[in-house]
Amino acid sequence: MNGLVAQSGPVIPDFGEASDCVQQNRLFCPDWVRDNWSEVLQPALVQHIELTLIAVAVGFVIAFVLALVAHRMRWFERPVDLVSALLYTIPSLALFQLLVPITGLTVTTVEVALVSYTLLILFRNILTGLRSVPPDVLEAARGMGMSRRQILRRVELPLALPAIMAGVRIATVSTVALATVAAFVIPQGLGRPIFLALRQFFNTELIVASALAVGLALAADGLLVLLQRALTPWTRVSAGR
Amino acid sequence: MIGDLSVFGDAVRFIGDNPSLLWHKTVEHLVLSGAAVGIALLIALPVGLVLGHLRRYSFLAISISNVGRALPTLAVIAIGVVFLPVGFTVVLISLVVLAVPPILTNAYVAVSETDSETVEAARGMGMTETQILRRVELPLATPLLFSGIRTAVVFVVASATIAAIAGGGGLGDVIVNQASYGIEGVIGASMLVCLLAFACDGLVALVQWLVTPKPLRGRRVADTTLVSEPGEAVPSR
Repeated sequence: MNGLVAQSGPVIPDFGEASDCVQQNRLFCPDWVRDNWSEVLQPALVQHIELTLIAVAVGFVIAFVLALVAHRMRWFERPVDLVSALLYTIPSLALFQLLVPITGLTVTTVEVALVSYTLLILFRNILTGLRSVPPDVLEAARGMGMSRRQILRRVELPLALPAIMAGVRIATVSTVALATVAAFVIPQGLGRPIFLALRQFFNTELIVASALAVGLALAADGLLVLLQRALTPWTRVSAGR
Repeated sequence: MIGDLSVFGDAVRFIGDNPSLLWHKTVEHLVLSGAAVGIALLIALPVGLVLGHLRRYSFLAISISNVGRALPTLAVIAIGVVFLPVGFTVVLISLVVLAVPPILTNAYVAVSETDSETVEAARGMGMTETQILRRVELPLATPLLFSGIRTAVVFVVASATIAAIAGGGGLGDVIVNQASYGIEGVIGASMLVCLLAFACDGLVALVQWLVTPKPLRGRRVADTTLVSEPGEAVPSR
């Protein structure tokens, strides 16, 4: 009934010198992890980080420009919102597959899909941040003779930073999770070892690769929290409720 | 860079040629997703609503959504397969795990952020805590509550597609099996699963509209697990 993993019984990779633990497919074999770290796991981890960084960076630039336009012209918000929500609703595996005839089995396909999933989160958070600036503050800035451009750069953007960073956090963590699906299209990222291990029901690889994917997402989240604290020291005062 | 686009035409033809196969897979997909969302609602709603009413354990409710977001579908299924045989059950459990966080967190936030003076007024009128939750907090919480449910539904339909590699059935079965169904089958099933996701999202939106009290109907509220509100920004959590 199911396509890829329908073979009966575990088929453990045997490279001639697999340890007892690996051959018997015990729950976790540290020796396999040691032997395959530099060849299998580390490259997948590095590829995963690259896929995520590119997607979030490109998504941020696009969403930032769209949010700035929507901040100036209110009518622009609705269509961007609708399109990005529509993209967000498309199931990831389907979007990857639908892009394959257009951009092929390439990194481009993966990045286009990953970027499109960041847009809704980043656009809404950036716009929410820009709109959260109190009217009195804007009035004061205008009263001081600041131009629109100065207000944006020196008042609105700094005050929007917490919301913007929150968006970057959410987008980054979701992209790390979604990037595992890339393995259906290209042999890259942490989805690849999971994918291969699923065909063989190889426990150690399933556990290690999954733990790396979840760990990477949580580590990225933690790093971004630290970055955000460093960038917005003033929020810590009011957050101490 | 542009490949052969005629495959989209072939895909439409594939859909026309295989109505019974695709209908069967669509029903499987719906049953799996529906069961997962149903179980997730049974777990997440009571917990989220009660904790929200008590306005306690906010750290727990927020952490669940942070951790939930970090869980890749493929990883959850992979861990499931380590402990359970491939098939419907392991996929169902994985999908429930993925669906609980957005429902729980949004339910918590929706109820706990009900205006405290409104709740005080209800208490002053002699309402019991259960009455306050059911007749004051819950109606006011519907918009946000449903944003969480919509996120979960869309996520489950998407994850169920991936779950086909662990024997979950559904339209993903066709998508991950190019060897049997050809590229036109893969693309055709991908198109159908998109339509299914839009339809499910629309259906939940309709239910939301029907159960939301009239004065609150026009209000658009963004899922708190996706968008941080000013002042209540996610970072401090």
